[in-house]
Amino acid sequence: MGLENTNGYDLSLDERDCRLIAALQNGLPLVPHPYAAIGASAGMNEAEVIARLHRMLESGVVKRFGVVVRHHELGYRANAMVVWDVPDERATELGQRVASHDFVTLCYRRARCLPDWPYNLYCMIHGRDRNLVHNKVSYLIKACDLQALRHEVLFSLQRFKQRGARYVRPAAETANLGPAVGG
Amino acid sequence: MDALDRAIINALQDGFPISERPFAEAAATLDISEGVLIDRIESLLDTGVLSRFGPMYHAERLGGGLSLAVMKLAKGDFDQVAEIVNAFPEVAHNYARDHEFNMWFVLATETTQRISEVIDQIEQETGYRVYNMPKLAEYFVGLRFEA
Repeated sequence: MGLENTNGYDLSLDERDCRLIAALQNGLPLVPHPYAAIGASAGMNEAEVIARLHRMLESGVVKRFGVVVRHHELGYRANAMVVWDVPDERATELGQRVASHDFVTLCYRRARCLPDWPYNLYCMIHGRDRNLVHNKVSYLIKACDLQALRHEVLFSLQRFKQRGARYVRPAAETANLGPAVGG
Repeated sequence: MDALDRAIINALQDGFPISERPFAEAAATLDISEGVLIDRIESLLDTGVLSRFGPMYHAERLGGGLSLAVMKLAKGDFDQVAEIVNAFPEVAHNYARDHEFNMWFVLATETTQRISEVIDQIEQETGYRVYNMPKLAEYFVGLRFEA
């Protein structure tokens, strides 16, 4: 049930990578030489930090480097998760078609929980209000030929928690951890 | 938020340089100074427009677990269960949605087996079933919000 691995890069992380990831847990320091500052807390120099981060970005361990925006604070008040029950053999094709629309911000195939939850294709659509989101959903259904497939639109009511996921323990505790980021 | 804040958010969603003076480099493309960029990012983080500044990982490639978990709660129990669920450090974010499946949260754990342990614990503490909906495939989108 693993994710489709889309490239052939070496994804292994060594103990120094783990220390670096732990040091970056709270984000990048806001100083002129942030990678040197991270290096100081991870016990390596700036050049090594830069080289390791480039490698992680290339291998896909790091998806992206930059800011994470709270969409609600930017005025995107309507946030909908749209779910479809698509035939398994068409999931990849339809997932790619749905994802190709620029107003779709996430698109996943997930395991169903039968019989209670038949849906397996998920996408997120944000808009400044619910009507705009509904218009985008209608557009998507036509554009991707999804009329015959059952779907539901779930708007969010309240956000309780939004933080970057924490993958490893703070640096002090990871010093002895191996590449498995175990625990 | 002013026009410069918006320009900064739009530019930095596409990535951030990994180099010796990354703020200076990014500031140059925005036609501002390094110091101004740093101050602006700091205040956007303080006011909560930005939740994070740094790397976004592919959890599965780090050897960690990641899943979407869902609960179907009676209205009267919702707040109490939310408190229990949000107290788990493995819960990365949690949304209430207008559906009978009304609580949706992401679990991010250090190991893949920890996902089912956390789910078992939540079920025991709340008395409700947790539906586990792990990701099977991700389709590429360019995630960005026009500020």
